[in-house]
Amino acid sequence: MPHIPLPDHLPGITGLLEYRVDSAKPIRDLTQILLRGESTLSEGERELIASVVSHGNACKFCAAAHTAAADILLGDSETCEMVKNDLENAPVSPKMKALLRIATLVQKSGKAVTQESINEALTNGATDREIHDTVLIAALFCLYNKYVDGMGSATPTDPKFYLTLGERITTHGYSRLKEGYDHLKNNTIH
Amino acid sequence: MPYIDLEKDVPGIRSLVIYRPDTGKPLYELAQILLREDSPLSQAERELIAAFVSSRNDCTFCTCSHAAAARYLYKDESKTVDFVLNDYENAPISEKLKSLLKIAGFVQADARTVTAQDVEMARKNGATDRDIHDTVLIAATFCMFNRYVDGLATFTPTNLKAYELMGERMGTLGYVLPQKST
Repeated sequence: MPHIPLPDHLPGITGLLEYRVDSAKPIRDLTQILLRGESTLSEGERELIASVVSHGNACKFCAAAHTAAADILLGDSETCEMVKNDLENAPVSPKMKALLRIATLVQKSGKAVTQESINEALTNGATDREIHDTVLIAALFCLYNKYVDGMGSATPTDPKFYLTLGERITTHGYSRLKEGYDHLKNNTIH
Repeated sequence: MPYIDLEKDVPGIRSLVIYRPDTGKPLYELAQILLREDSPLSQAERELIAAFVSSRNDCTFCTCSHAAAARYLYKDESKTVDFVLNDYENAPISEKLKSLLKIAGFVQADARTVTAQDVEMARKNGATDRDIHDTVLIAATFCMFNRYVDGLATFTPTNLKAYELMGERMGTLGYVLPQKST
């Protein structure tokens, strides 16, 4: 049960973003720029960062949603599962592994990031900008995870829900839908 | 030393939003909306929540700057801020604010630990849906800012006077995106 009344047809983050639209705008804008804007990291790689942080925070809604997005963008479901559960053996580049390790440190605490973890990323070819974006994406997902779980927002259990959501965030992105969300009222997948 | 090449002597979040202004813009807009615009909580109370969460995250820059802003906004009762940061349960603040700080503390530690009983207690003490929502979102937002600032090891001034000036600026001008010095 959410801690405040939220619409049944908008579980997870969407009902919260619709509850207060003025604060939602910069959160959505920031996410769109970071996850879909110009970057030397692919959209799939950036969704892996979102997934690994949400998994570390045990936020089921965000982890499932961004895993669905990463799977669509990467074209397989093994990579994200491995990244979340066994990063050292995951099929990603040494640079991505080093950046994902930094993201897992940021998830614990900003102070947990060490010069060694940064050097590891630099040695494997990461740029300042990639390190910056990794830290900010990881920090942003701590906001999302804590917002969703701190408000006790509903978490659908049907995997189909996340497939649909993954489609929406990989095709439409993170901006508010122009038509709003009323059309989802007839949606029975929860 | 910051982990990436940031403008020298520019502290904390300011150095980061100058480094990447396109992401800095929504970050400052979010701070302005949450801490200065419409809310049932006063600006001083909201700065206090920001300082409290930053202190629990051990983020020196955000704790000192938002504590300074809260002191500026609390005016004659500026000591309230230090009472709260040391021991909020015995601080001279309303029961409503105490129960909201308790929720903010849970959001900082592990947001899944906010219980219906904590929320019920806040309501009993007069909190509305919007008080609860804004408290949780401010706490979550500062968990982001704290990680961004410390995760890149930004410059943290040690001179308390520097924070007093920052607090006054935050209390009067609010959150205005800084520009790169030329």
